[in-house]
Parts: sequence; C-alpha cells; structure tokens
Amino acid sequence: MKFAVIQFPGSNCDQDCLAALRGIDGIETDYVWHKETSLDGWDAIVLPGGFSYGDYLRCGAIARFSPIMRAVIDDARAGKLVIGICNGFQILCEAGLLPGALVRNRSLHFVCDMVTTRVEVAETPFTRGMPVGTLLQLPVAHGEGCYYADEATLRDLNERQQVLLKYCDASGRVTPEANPNGSVENIAGICNRERNVFGLMPHPDRACEERLGSSDGVRIFESMLRTLAGDRAAA
Amino acid sequence: MKVKVIVTPKETVLDPQGAAVRDAMHHLGLTGARDVRIGRYLEIELEGDVAGQEPKLRELCRDLLSNPVIEDYRLEMPNDAK
Repeated sequence: MKFAVIQFPGSNCDQDCLAALRGIDGIETDYVWHKETSLDGWDAIVLPGGFSYGDYLRCGAIARFSPIMRAVIDDARAGKLVIGICNGFQILCEAGLLPGALVRNRSLHFVCDMVTTRVEVAETPFTRGMPVGTLLQLPVAHGEGCYYADEATLRDLNERQQVLLKYCDASGRVTPEANPNGSVENIAGICNRERNVFGLMPHPDRACEERLGSSDGVRIFESMLRTLAGDRAAA
Repeated sequence: MKVKVIVTPKETVLDPQGAAVRDAMHHLGLTGARDVRIGRYLEIELEGDVAGQEPKLRELCRDLLSNPVIEDYRLEMPNDAK
C-alpha cells in the first residue's frame, strides 16, 4: 500500500512519518510536495506535524490553501484514508475536513511530553485491533493543541462516535490532570462522520520503536494498512 | 486605500492569553480590568476599485483571515470607498 506524506513549507515531522511508515511491512511511502495537484496512485495520505507557513495567522490557516489541498479534500470526500498529525490535524480542521478547531494550550505553555491516550471507539480504520479502553503511549509537542468545538458540534461528535482518542492517566481514567492542553472533554483525536479522515495531536510517527519510548504509534498505521488491505480484498 | 480587519476570539472560546494579560494588569494596579480578549489587527493597503473588491475581501475575512469556528471579524472600510 502506498502512503503519501505531504510536505508543506515548515513541515518538520515529514521525515519522522516517512521513517515510521517505512518501518512497517507492506507500506511504501513517498513525499509529495505541497505544490503538487494530484494524489492519484497513493492509497492513503499523511499530513505531518510541524509549523507549516510558520504558523502565521493561525496554525494551518495558510497551508489549507496549498495546491495539494484540493486533491486532499477531493480524495477525502471520495473515501481515501487521511491522517493528520499535530499540525496536520490543525490543517484538517482549517480545511473543514474535521469539525472544531485547535487553539492555544490553556496553560499557554508549549507541551512536550509522553502522554497516555485511550481508544474510545474500536474498529474504525484507525483503531482496528484496539478494543475500547486500549491505552496508547504517544508523545505530544505543541503550543496550540487545545481542541475546541461548540456544544452542538461536541454533542454531534459524541453521538456519532467520532472521538477516537482521549487523554487519560496511566490507568486509563480521563481526568483533568491527564489533559495536557485543556482540550474539551480531553479530546486527543477525532474522525469525520465517514470515518476515513482522522486528526490527532499526539504523534504516532514518533512512537514507532521501543527505543523511542513507545511503539504504540505503529498500531494506528497498521490499522490503516489492514483497512486498505481489507478494502482491496473486497474489491 | 487602507482597510482594517479586526479579528477577535468568540465569547465562548477561552482566551488564556487575554486572561494572563488581565492578571498582569491587576498586578500593575488596574484592578478594574474585568476581562481582556486578545485578537488580531490587520491593515490592508488596497489599490484599484476598493468598493468593487469588497465582496472578495469579505470572503477572505471569513475563509483566511479568521476562522469562524473560534473567531469573529470586523471589516472597516474607509467611508469614501463606499
């Protein structure tokens, strides 16, 4: 399966994503520069972390108008798997592919830490093989990762089971203390209604080897791979 | 012709920067500072048919300069542009 890692000016986790994905059997990965206009030929799209366009205006606000985003939006609407990590999550929200927005951390501090997240919905394309309550150790590194959505949007997200990951403590309890950035309801990652677009602030790309402190990130990418393989087998 | 755009966080969105500045103001003696909201101010030098460009400008206020999920904007056109 072929994964495309989009490079925006200011992306800085593109290499982390490439290295993480190339370490997984069955995934081929290429960089795609943001000036490209087509993603034909790739099975999945990764929007990596970083500081696209220097985070000017708002995080992701300018990147969302990059030429490649037309293709990302069209392919996402056609059902292609898209994962946005950190700045990639911000870009997906700015582009309207995911609801809500990411604002300044409530503490005003940039947080750089290993956190525990809990899987809230099983058997999505991004959480296959992970029952509800599965804990994933993933690093975060962001200044604007506080997820915000108005009450109606939040209700909708919960009713449609679009909240896939929440920040929790080591025993899986979703507590205010375990919330690194003030995100509403400890939300760490959400998907769209169709469940093919996933955005999360933690970095699975930086948690793909035990020597990095965790290899739990692999499970998310492998879930995507299994989904794609399943789709292909069914086609 | 200079047009101004003022972007502010929506009332429902927490503004920790504003809260930090309000606290600093309290420390510095302005005890009456009840609330501070920090937004963004843009000055745009427009040339050509200013009024004719207003629809596009409004579109970009909504799509680029602000994020309607978390922010409101106010566009101030000079009076003689209307």
